Amino acid sequence: MRITQGCFSFLPDLDDVQITAQVEYCLGNEWAIGVEFTDDPHPRNTYWEMWGNPMFDLRDAKGVMMELDACRNAHPDAYIRLIAFDDTRGVESVKMSFIVNRPKEEPRIHMQRTDFVGRSQKYAWDVRG
Amino acid sequence: MTTEAEIETAPERPKTVDLAAEYESSGVAEVLRELDENLIGLAPVKQRIRETAALLLVDRARREMGLAHETPTLHMSFTGNPGTGKTTLARMMAGLLHRLGYVRKGHLVTVTRDDLVGQYIGHTAPKTKEVLKKAMGGVLFIDEAYYLYKPDNERDYGQEAIEILLQVMENNRDDLVVIMAGYADRMDKFFAANPGFRSRIAHHIDFPDYTDAELLKIAEVMLRDQNYRLDDDARQAMAEYVALRRQQPHFANARSMRNALDRARLRQANRLFNEANGPLDAEALSTITDPDIRASRVFRGGLDIDRRTEKGTAE
Repeated sequence: MRITQGCFSFLPDLDDVQITAQVEYCLGNEWAIGVEFTDDPHPRNTYWEMWGNPMFDLRDAKGVMMELDACRNAHPDAYIRLIAFDDTRGVESVKMSFIVNRPKEEPRIHMQRTDFVGRSQKYAWDVRG
Repeated sequence: MTTEAEIETAPERPKTVDLAAEYESSGVAEVLRELDENLIGLAPVKQRIRETAALLLVDRARREMGLAHETPTLHMSFTGNPGTGKTTLARMMAGLLHRLGYVRKGHLVTVTRDDLVGQYIGHTAPKTKEVLKKAMGGVLFIDEAYYLYKPDNERDYGQEAIEILLQVMENNRDDLVVIMAGYADRMDKFFAANPGFRSRIAHHIDFPDYTDAELLKIAEVMLRDQNYRLDDDARQAMAEYVALRRQQPHFANARSMRNALDRARLRQANRLFNEANGPLDAEALSTITDPDIRASRVFRGGLDIDRRTEKGTAE
């Protein structure tokens, strides 16, 4: 099942030229870019592994693409996303995040429905391979 | 892969090129004019830059016509004594390469050994890569590049930085231009010990020392930029200062001039403060006079420490 989270996830996967263009947009706004990866795409898994430190003071997207390529080589079967951090006072948060690498076989998000007191129902989701 | 269909639909290549028009429209003319106006002296350097600009302009035209595909090697080495304008020129070079489209962003990242080489095992590679990432799309200027290689210590981490640099200089020629700078003799030794660099650097530019007349002119331009001026006696004193300063240790061409002027301004301010007993006009506030310059220690044979060592060696 295709995981949809962050920007562009309902579109076909971005190719490197398109990723570069998005990174250029982020750098144009003076956002710092970080590369993160995980093998657990559950929506509640907010904190992915960091691939190196976030990159501040870059001027050109090539620097990000080098790190992304290194991360892809090391974890070809992981989810990889780029996050753009805005350090403007009062924002100081992630402004943009998009997935740039997916495993060939994406896991399923499985929903478990359980009966509860007085005919109410509880729902749980987990990731299944 | 190129198929026949793609060749047919490829955009029409220009049949002729008007170099003079290209020269003006690309903004190269502007950079070279700026170079001529802002840099005093350095005739051989300017000549080399003009030649390089011409080469790049022709190369670009050739690429548009489909005659050349490879990005030419643009890495350079600037050799010369301190204060001869290497950093200033590197900044102009970045502008020039940007206008010609050889670097995408045209910014200059200035680093020395400390920014590239780490302090423990495994520290160097991330540090060097960090710098390279910042320099992508621009020009990486490595000042005192020969410090990267320390032959007396075989466990020095400089070698690791050199290897990463060489690799990036070869593989990312489209993404960044590396300019290495340093004293001529030490850079020669550096290149002799690292033949990889010599073959990857196409342009070696040597910066000559300034003549006394040029230094005096530089001093006057520096003052003019700060809205100061020398009176006639002070100009004479400055000319003598330049000749004397050159023979003393730690002479750094234009940088020595800037320091001398900073101290002259200090003395001028002091003099005005002590002497003035009425309102001062703009003229008085912006004129550097003869005593402001003659008070310099250069006229008494340099710094006390240096004089002592000279006497020591003489004995």
